Amino acid sequence: MTAALATTALSVRFGAFQAVRDVSLSVRAGARHALIGPNGAGKTTLVHALTGSVKPAAGRILIAGEEATGRSEAQRVHMGLARTFQINQLFRNLTVLDNVLLAVLERNRRTAVFWRSVRNDRAALDEARSCLAFVNLLALAERPVAALPYGSQRLLEIAIALAARPRVLVLDEPAAGVPAAESAAIFERIHALPASLTVVFIEHDMGLVFRFAERITVLVAGQILTEGTPAEISADPRVREVYLGRRGDHAA
Amino acid sequence: MSALNPASHGGLSKPALPFSPVTPLIFAALIASYFLFPNHLALATQILVLMIFALSYDLLQGHAGIVSLGHAVFLGLGAYGSAILARWGFTDPLLGLAAGASISALVALVLSPIVVRGSDFTRLLVTLGVASLIHEAANRMRDLTGGADGLADFEVAPLLGLFAFDFEGRTAFLYALTVFALVYAALWRVTTSPFGLALRGIRENSRRMPAIGSPVARHLAVSYLLSGAIAGVGGALLAQTSRFASLDMLGFERSAEIVMVVTLGGTGHIAGVSIGAAAFGLVKDALSTVSPRYWQLGLGVVLMASVFLARGGIGGLIERFGRFGRRA
Amino acid sequence: MSSLVAVLVDGVAYGMLLFLSAVGLSVTLGLMRFINLAHGAFAMVGAYLAVVVVAAGLPFLLALPLVFVVVGAFGIAIERTAIRHLYRRSALEQVLFSIGLAFALGALANLIFGPQQQAIQTPAWLTGRVALAGLDITSYRLFLIAMGAATAIALIYLFEHTLFGARIRAAVDNRRAAEGIGIQVERLFALTFGLGAALAGLGGALSVEMLGLDPAFALKYLTMLLMVVAIGGAGSIEGSLLAALGLGTIDALFKYLLPEAGGFVIFGLLVAVLLVKPAGLKGRAA
Ligand SMILES: Nc1ncnc2c1ncn2[C@@H]1O[C@H](COP(=O)(O)OP(=O)(O)O)[C@@H](O)[C@H]1O
Ligand SMILES: [Mg+2]
Repeated sequence: MTAALATTALSVRFGAFQAVRDVSLSVRAGARHALIGPNGAGKTTLVHALTGSVKPAAGRILIAGEEATGRSEAQRVHMGLARTFQINQLFRNLTVLDNVLLAVLERNRRTAVFWRSVRNDRAALDEARSCLAFVNLLALAERPVAALPYGSQRLLEIAIALAARPRVLVLDEPAAGVPAAESAAIFERIHALPASLTVVFIEHDMGLVFRFAERITVLVAGQILTEGTPAEISADPRVREVYLGRRGDHAA
Repeated sequence: MSALNPASHGGLSKPALPFSPVTPLIFAALIASYFLFPNHLALATQILVLMIFALSYDLLQGHAGIVSLGHAVFLGLGAYGSAILARWGFTDPLLGLAAGASISALVALVLSPIVVRGSDFTRLLVTLGVASLIHEAANRMRDLTGGADGLADFEVAPLLGLFAFDFEGRTAFLYALTVFALVYAALWRVTTSPFGLALRGIRENSRRMPAIGSPVARHLAVSYLLSGAIAGVGGALLAQTSRFASLDMLGFERSAEIVMVVTLGGTGHIAGVSIGAAAFGLVKDALSTVSPRYWQLGLGVVLMASVFLARGGIGGLIERFGRFGRRA
Repeated sequence: MSSLVAVLVDGVAYGMLLFLSAVGLSVTLGLMRFINLAHGAFAMVGAYLAVVVVAAGLPFLLALPLVFVVVGAFGIAIERTAIRHLYRRSALEQVLFSIGLAFALGALANLIFGPQQQAIQTPAWLTGRVALAGLDITSYRLFLIAMGAATAIALIYLFEHTLFGARIRAAVDNRRAAEGIGIQVERLFALTFGLGAALAGLGGALSVEMLGLDPAFALKYLTMLLMVVAIGGAGSIEGSLLAALGLGTIDALFKYLLPEAGGFVIFGLLVAVLLVKPAGLKGRAA
């Protein structure tokens, strides 16, 4: 069976610095796949390369077996790959509803329409509301994003990505900067995503990773150190060394 | 406060850009000025042109977030387009409007690949550079444009074959008012449409847009084209109603001026931008007849201060006042 | 043949003027990310100041350092009071503020000096001509070329080989880390901005003899200055030098060989360069 998302020997360079090196990854359809590694390991850069906002120096990317390497970021969204951002990328002066509505309209390619009011598109509005309902933000739909508490903004990140109706969803530290109590709530929502949706997520909290991932890839210095089930990863001494060793000298 | 709560079932939410109660006031004031100031219709017509030009640029800057230092190019091209057509004997005013819109749209289409890509700074430079290029070209093509003297030797036929352009400028004013109303309505429609929402998305976060599958470059190109076409209409109107087309209509000063007008009026707010343009036109006329130097000095100081004080411009004030009124 | 060489010398001299006036703009844009459309106005302030002090009897050669210092201080004053608050604002707000400043300074010049052209009294040894390798060249052109070359060398040395330059580069690379190791970034930025303004003032003072001076000066040459930065790449001193010399000579050559083309060639060149290399010739990738 073809992988939902696969890379072969993917590399990204920034000048002389190689941020991602020979990464070959295969994510099974419907998986809950975690990507872990210390700060600066290249996880976010890998996501950028997957989604097309950074050009890889070498390697290929396949979405459900289809060649995506040369495709633009927007084209990959239409191929079924959506993402969230480690640092919020929201439309801050629009309402919560408009944030999601815009994503719905872009997905069904309705944004070329300039002769009708955006409020007349009932189907799109209903879909945007159901995305908001999924992340429990419906009550805040009419608020401007800038007035939202930070935790709610993290959930809106996810709602916008869901509006693209992806087959593969990549979440870059969905609970970044959120207090521990709230990050469990965010992961509870991620856990509630339909089983047919492939989810790749980056997370630092090992408790959450072991609870929600069925497969884990460990990235260190741009390279895959190892990949396996939570049990295999937690038993791997090299992973321990990277993590515990790191935690020893830096607090990160 | 309860009005702000979301409706319990799929009720329509508040439009992002309200068709505010200020809109009827604007039109009431414009119509009233026709009766109150019959001796100043030429000025009023010029102000209407400025309002159209400001609205056209607001689509770019206020909605899509593109700052241009060369938007007057489209005003000037529209003016020359209709004036040259009239000199060739095609004097119908509506044909002139169509010509002005077409030539500006065409040039915008050619330029959009350069303008659409790049950072804010490259965009400023490209718009400035292209504007200088076109200014220079218009200056050189004396046979076509009259060079530094401009074009004044053309006729404008009666509107719809019925209403001749009279000496007091009544026809010109009503013609300009009608065109302004149409532009206002069209822009109101465009900016509240799905396309308008996408433009605001680009303004708010151009980095997120491709990540939701948005063809950002195409959206920007379309808005540039539309904006250019509307400015072209404004330019054609200017040439027809003032019987003049000249180099300063596409010069840097006009371009810089419209950036100020739109910003002081409140970018992204159609009513605010219209009022801002009208106020700007009135104050400029009053002050520059007294002393153009003090006008320029005052303008400079106001601009510098506006960056620190009046964020949101007149449109922002309308919004704040509206919210205050609703709460009271 | 010899007249062609004279045209080239003219172009290089003009290029040096452009370099002096534009290099500060390039530095503030590339390093501090501030779009300063009032940069031409700093040059204008320097030009008027030079005209005034020379008319009051100060020798031309002493007027130049005075202009440098005064316009530099003026730049620092504006940076401290206003511009430092705008580094993180949008391009639009930077544009509005700096256009406003340019307008206000132009209007002030108009109020004080009137709209007419100003002239400056240069010493006799600069107004003469020198015979060089069989060519007859205005000594003022040679003086400009020498001034420009000396400034370029001094600037490159300052930014590449001194502690000041190293601090600037550190502050731009990673502001927080630079502050962490005790670099006073605020003061550094103010000094750099002042240096850029001072150079523009110097460029303006030197321009009067060759380009004339009136209240429209600030906006008239702004496009040229921006082009130097765009083509040379923001933040690059060598880039600015190459671009300024290139633009100066091409402009002079075309005015000589093909006067009908005029400003056309220059702006066409700008559009072409930006199409091919949006970050400029030596620009760092954004
Ligand atoms: N645009 C860039 N230019 C240069 N270096 C970058 C850029 N983006 C990231 N890096 C570097 O690449 C490395 C990996 O960064 P990143 O992918 O953000 O790591 P992670 O998400 O695993 O914490 C870091 O050393 C970072 O400094
Ligand atoms: Mg990261």
